[in-house]
Amino acid sequence: MLAMFFWSFVIGGLICVIGQLLFDVAKLTPGHTLSLLVVTGAVLDGFGLYEPLVDFAGAGATIPITSFGNSLVHGALQDAKAHGIIGVLTGMFQVTSSGISAAIVFGFIGALIFKPKG
Amino acid sequence: MRMESKQKKQNTTLQQRNYQQLQQKHEIKRPVLKNCIKAFFVGGLICFIGQAVSYFYIYFFNFTEQSVGNPTVATMVFFSMLLTGFGVYDRIGQFGGAGSAVPVTGFGNAVISAAIEHRTEGFVLGVGGNMFKLAGSVILFGVFSAFVVALVKTLLVIWGVL
Repeated sequence: MLAMFFWSFVIGGLICVIGQLLFDVAKLTPGHTLSLLVVTGAVLDGFGLYEPLVDFAGAGATIPITSFGNSLVHGALQDAKAHGIIGVLTGMFQVTSSGISAAIVFGFIGALIFKPKG
Repeated sequence: MRMESKQKKQNTTLQQRNYQQLQQKHEIKRPVLKNCIKAFFVGGLICFIGQAVSYFYIYFFNFTEQSVGNPTVATMVFFSMLLTGFGVYDRIGQFGGAGSAVPVTGFGNAVISAAIEHRTEGFVLGVGGNMFKLAGSVILFGVFSAFVVALVKTLLVIWGVL
């Protein structure tokens, strides 16, 4: 369990360092960087490389935005296995439902209770 | 874009080019190493907290190590709502750079700060219309690339290549 905490810290940190390098060295905007990382996560899962990382680093792999692409592909492939080609569309959000629903729900609650600053 | 900048370079006078060189010389270099170390520790810490939340769900709500990512992400977005609302996440972002933008809390922060910022324009046109202004590109490219990857893989399986 302690090792899991350690590796989640290290792997999560390293993914953020990649993001920082894309900011500073490649001079990408945050929007471009995050989009690129999401696409990377999706492609990595296509080759079956992201799941081992999740097993190894836990939250270090599921918290960075790359896991969003990974779980989209994961859901799509799961449903495609059960229902054929249409499953690619129907299964897309099955695994990663909470990220977007939480962002919408809490975003709206935040807008209800907080006032804009500055 | 690239064509444009090339054209621009050709059209500049000697004086302009000299000025550009001067500007480049005096431009403040980004402290890349320092930024990376900050990003590493801030991002690592957020994932560390995420790991603690994961174990909480595994022990008390019967999630497995594979399925625990889903509730963990939702919880982290909830934390990010509180931090964004109280104006703390901005300060973390200034210090941590990509360390606070790359984790899913940064995605939450992008959605929530846009929602709060635009509430003066009304809930339908302001909050509803602008919520995904910043985070929309992540969803678009995530979904589209996932669609292509999953489609190609499924077709390869159907055709018996894989």
